[in-house]
Amino acid sequence: MAASDLLWQLEDVSLARSSRSVLDAISLTIRPGRWCGILGPNGSGKTTLLDLLCGLLEPDSGTLTYRGQPLRQWSRRQLARRVALVPQDFALRFDFSVREAVEMGRHPHLGRLASMTAQDYALADAVMTEMGVAGLAERPVTQLSGGEKQRVAAARALVQEPEALLLDEATSNLDIRHSLAILSLLRRRVDEQGLTVVAALHDLNLAGLFCDELLFLKHGQVVCCGETEAVLRPEVIHEVYGVQAQVRQDAFTGCLQVSCKMGNGEV
Amino acid sequence: MAARLGFPWAAGALLLLLLTAMLTAAGMGFMNIPVQSVAKAVGSRCFPSLGAGLDSAVVAVVLDVRLPRIVAAVLVGGMLAVCGTVFQAILLNPLADPYTLGVSSGAAFGASLAIVLQVAGLALPQSVSVPIFAFIGSIAALMAVLTLAAGDRRLSSSSLILSGVIVAAILSAAIGFLKFLADEQVSIIIFWLMGSLSSASRQDLLLLAPAAAAGSAICLLFSRDLNIMAAGERAAASLGVNTARLRWTLLLTCSLMTALCVAVSGIIGFVGLVAPHLLRHLAGPDNRRLIVLSFLGGGLLLLCADTLTRAVLPAEVPIGVLTSLIGGPFFACIFKRRQQDNGGF
Repeated sequence: MAASDLLWQLEDVSLARSSRSVLDAISLTIRPGRWCGILGPNGSGKTTLLDLLCGLLEPDSGTLTYRGQPLRQWSRRQLARRVALVPQDFALRFDFSVREAVEMGRHPHLGRLASMTAQDYALADAVMTEMGVAGLAERPVTQLSGGEKQRVAAARALVQEPEALLLDEATSNLDIRHSLAILSLLRRRVDEQGLTVVAALHDLNLAGLFCDELLFLKHGQVVCCGETEAVLRPEVIHEVYGVQAQVRQDAFTGCLQVSCKMGNGEV
Repeated sequence: MAARLGFPWAAGALLLLLLTAMLTAAGMGFMNIPVQSVAKAVGSRCFPSLGAGLDSAVVAVVLDVRLPRIVAAVLVGGMLAVCGTVFQAILLNPLADPYTLGVSSGAAFGASLAIVLQVAGLALPQSVSVPIFAFIGSIAALMAVLTLAAGDRRLSSSSLILSGVIVAAILSAAIGFLKFLADEQVSIIIFWLMGSLSSASRQDLLLLAPAAAAGSAICLLFSRDLNIMAAGERAAASLGVNTARLRWTLLLTCSLMTALCVAVSGIIGFVGLVAPHLLRHLAGPDNRRLIVLSFLGGGLLLLCADTLTRAVLPAEVPIGVLTSLIGGPFFACIFKRRQQDNGGF
């Protein structure tokens, strides 16, 4: 596969903040059309890694490329046409309507003096319908529930028409129904349209359900990386989180599912 | 939430109201002039035949005395309101105003210094030295604030606001000392600090008008980026907005506009805070519209206040006092109402 066919390539990427190492010699390749989960305990560098991937931070050392070109050479606008981010907490400071919030996703595609065309509006409408927020279009975002807000955030990201979507624990504040709804819609995009997803996750079972491959981080270092079936194992979970785990092929979901407990003398 | 007004309607209504208010205000004052005569006097500039039969004193009063001050009030009010809109959107703080970054403290310090130096024997006339010193003072204060905040590479809103508070605190102590030094001249400083449009001249308009046009145009050009800033630093960046560059561009533009306003009119509070706030409530938060509406609304507000102090009240009250005395309680009412509406601000 040519370098320009791959999305991100990280080689020996390190980043320190106030002399504390946050990411340490990370090497990683993200291929298109895959769902990659990033797992690890709090403070392991998941969010920092996502910030690197969307160009908000620059590595102190190592090389970071997107489509074969150093990431720092991509302007914010160019990158925003290809990569979108769904943050953990979607918020807008003022009373924008849901429609206005979703239409913000067209920003990187519009010239400074241009306004939305009929096509742009049609796209926004279609995505709002797909994410189930079309009925809320005129409501102010400040009055939405947590689940509705995250759907709006996902809709805004999809309106950017990205080839890759970064999820920063995008569903960790939601109940299981809302989480599954959003993630399933995105999974369909991966399967049918070749979208790439890189998702920082907390929930090992959601990771088992949705991710094609997993990356385990601990103290800013990669512990283990590979296909979900190959790396979602009790030894890995024990090393990363320090808990005892059992992993089984679940008949009900057809995926790997995990049960965890504290080991004796490890509290 | 109240239904939002359509933009063309709101802008059209405000513009009409503003023009009517300007014509009416030009007729008000010590010499009462009917609106038709005002319109004729204004028209006579382009079509001299219209001026036939008008008292030349009327033409002089309208064109040379009142209109410069009226236009200055509209431009200053408009610019302050546009700057307020932009500052609120950039600092993500509905309580920000054009003076948040210490522009007013710097101007006050500069003006006070000019007045004290006058006492010490500075040869420039006060009408020249005070605006110049005020302008330099506000730019210097702004630079100090930006330098202080620039250690934070993202130029985040909290470090900007905090830097503004630090610089303003130091300057206000310095102003206190200057007042002490000014001795008997202290009343001039106090009057200046409270703002007045009474000395606005045609020359001022030549400065204000291009600044208002260029500054508002720059703000409008970046208005869609400004909307996205409401999503916060990280989300805005991921949507393709170069947040640090946007902040620098707009903060500099607006602070220069504000500094110019301050140099012409002294410190006029509340217009830059109230006008954007009210209009955002009525017409929604989209800055592409809000910037236009704020200019019209702010201009109208300051014109009304200035006309009140110039032509209605028995003695000329400093306009900064008037705007705060009327604007303050009014703002308090909106604040209470909004708290009851949705339990937050």
